Formats: sequence, structure tokens, C-alpha cells
Amino acid sequence: MREVNAKKITEAIKKLCLEANYDLSEDVLEALNKALKQEESEIGRNILREIMKNAEIAKKKKLPLCQDTGLAIVFVEIGSEVRIIGGNLQEAVNEGISQGYKNLRKSVVSDPLKRVNTQDNTPAIIHTEIVPGEKIKIGLLPKGGGAENASELKMFLPTASKEEIMDFVVDLINRKGVNACPPLIVGVGMGGSFDSVGYLAKKALIRPMGKHHSRAEIADLEREMLKRINATGLGPMGLGGKITALAVHIEVAPCHIASLPVAVNLECHSHRYKETVL
Amino acid sequence: MKKIKTPLTDEMLKDLKAGDQVLITGCLIVARDAAHKRGIKIPLEGQILFYAGPTPQGSIGPTTASRLDPFTIPLLEKGLKGMIGKGPRNREVRDAIGKYKAVYFAATGGAAALLAQTVKKAKVVDYADLGPEAVLKIEVVDFPAIVAYDIHGGDLFEEGKKKYAT
Repeated sequence: MREVNAKKITEAIKKLCLEANYDLSEDVLEALNKALKQEESEIGRNILREIMKNAEIAKKKKLPLCQDTGLAIVFVEIGSEVRIIGGNLQEAVNEGISQGYKNLRKSVVSDPLKRVNTQDNTPAIIHTEIVPGEKIKIGLLPKGGGAENASELKMFLPTASKEEIMDFVVDLINRKGVNACPPLIVGVGMGGSFDSVGYLAKKALIRPMGKHHSRAEIADLEREMLKRINATGLGPMGLGGKITALAVHIEVAPCHIASLPVAVNLECHSHRYKETVL
Repeated sequence: MKKIKTPLTDEMLKDLKAGDQVLITGCLIVARDAAHKRGIKIPLEGQILFYAGPTPQGSIGPTTASRLDPFTIPLLEKGLKGMIGKGPRNREVRDAIGKYKAVYFAATGGAAALLAQTVKKAKVVDYADLGPEAVLKIEVVDFPAIVAYDIHGGDLFEEGKKKYAT
């Protein structure tokens, strides 16, 4: 049994908070660059240039890419051969968030109705999975409120067609996509249950940009959905253009014979995901 | 790029059309959800409200403007002349923007490090206890924005979408 001190987890989380908020990943920059070449609207191209210039400044001056430094979504894959010593996972993660967010915006309230700021951006949303092995993989996704608010979940009839699901996604983009800061990354979860499909959609977001689903028919659906989303004409920041989304990522899971849950989790262009392995 | 200086006058607004890219210099009043709910007390005549909540290091960018729609019309009645945010407004606010002669500017969301470079001064003027949601006065030089709704009924969200939809 490998032992990992909880302090290591705290340190790793703190580091990820800063990396994610200051340093836009290469795959996102590449996708933006590609979008700039395809965008026909002059205003749209200017917005894309601003976004890329912003990433340059943020990295150089160590300034947050976006003022909404997000609710921290933490993905932890724990090897079954690992034992955490000197503390527990949840406390270690939240301590890392608290330290990492010292100079970032605190965007968490302790209660949905009383709405008192917790002052240190905790608690994080922590998703854990037990996997074989003796490593711990930690991923951090600071999730902005605008894009999260524009996300939806729908329980379809099991007999629903691909087209009906596609219509739901495109209609959502038309209704709410602008507020999610396009060009978007669209995470779609299909299958599972009411609770798990949201997680599936979120997991879809952290797939590296430019990668399609391993199953050809799902990959085709991703391409088709992206084409339809970009045909809406919303464009960068919704001010008109050809590039409304940079990518569509779909994840699927087995489900009940009576159900077909679909969740759409929207992500802004400021897609700040970083991971590390302990 | 058109250069404009705050405070805004009806005369200045006549020249602004949806789709114009502008650089704003002068004072902006920063406020978002919690401050609107409590009520914005500082005078807004001729002013521009910037819907934002900065980070402690000063990164600042627009938040979704439609969340502030329910609070906006009384502010326009009191002489508010400009708003900076992201995303479209509801029908009532759009109509009121025409009626009371004001402009709604869209700024690029998620470009907060870039926009921070235009901020020369910042001061909390109300509701300090709200932390990132406090009301601020900031001085900006050449803050980049795009006219989304003008006083002539122009609507860049609608026109832009129509132009590029296929």
C-alpha cells in the first residue's frame, strides 16, 4: 500500500488553482487560433484576438484570465493501492483551494438562500473515482457561473431520436448560449441516471480539445452537433459570427430501459482545466 | 474605433450605432447582483454602469447583463446613460434603453487580464462588505467595448446572428 501525505494533495491543488487561472492550456489556444482562421465576422475576429491577447497578458503578469475564477470542480482518481495519511481527502482538497484562491476571486456562498460568502472559495465540488493502481490523479476545473447557469438537463423518452437530442442542444445554445461566453465548449452527457448524467456532461468538458469520442458514431454526432451549433450565427460573444463553439464533447453511459437522460454543460472559451498525478 | 469619454450625453449617444467598436475613457461604476438587490445609491446621471466583480489582483470583465434586467429600468429613469455587460437584455430593458436614451455596450467576457490593463484607478464606494460584489468607481483609459443596443433601435445580437446564420 503506497502512502500519500494529505499535505501533498493540498500543495498540488494550490498549484493547480494558480496554473488553471493564469495559464490557458495549449489545446485551447490552438482551438482559438483555428477559430480565428475560420471566423468571417470582423467583430468576431477582434474578440478572438482579444481573448488570445488576454491569455498572453494573464500568463506574463500572473493575472486571472477571467474575473470569474470560478467554483472549483475537482476530479480525483484514487488508486486502490493508495492510502492517504496525515489528513483526509476532502479537507486536504479544500485547504488547497483556500490557499490557492488567496489572490483569486471568492465566488462561493455558504447557503443558496442566505448567500454569505465563505471568503476562501471553499467548498470545492469533489468527484472521486477509485481506480486500479497506486497513483492519485487530480484535475481542477474552475467553473464560471455564466456558463454553468446556461446548462440544462432533460429526461428524454427512451424512444427519442438523435435528431430530437440534437434539437434540444441547439435550442439551448440559441436560448442561453450567449450568456455562457462563446465560443463555447459544449459538454453533453447521454445515459446514466438523473444524477450521473450531469457528471458525465462535466467529464466531457475535460477531454483534451481536438479529440473526438473513441466510438465512430458518437464522434460523428459530435461533428454534426458542432456544425449545427455554428450554423446558429451567434458567433463570439453572441455578436454574430461563424464560430459559436470550439468543440462538442459527448460522453455516453448505459441507462434504464425507460430513460434517456441528457445533460448539456456549457463551458466558456476561458476553459481552465489543469491536472497532475501524485 | 470611436473614442468616447464619460459622462455620456444624449448628443454623444446619437453618433453611436450597434456594431460600433469603441474605446471608453473616464469613470465607470462597477456593480453586480448583490448591490443591485440592495439598491444602488450613488448618482447615476450620465454614468456608465459596468456589470462586473473584479478579482483581488484587479482582473475585471463583464458578467451576464440579463441578470440585472429586473433592476435596470428605475436606473434608466434616473438618468443612467450606459451599461457594459455581456449577453442580450430582455425586451423591457431594450425598449427602455430606447425610451430613456441610453446605450448598452458588450465587452468581451473572459478577457479580464486584458481589460484590467485599461483600469488606472479603482475605489470601493459602497457595500464594502459584499467583497467582490461591492460597488466601485474605476477610472479607465481606452476600455474596449462594442455598441450592442443603440438609441436608434439597433440590436447587434439580433443583426449579427441574422447575418451569419446558415
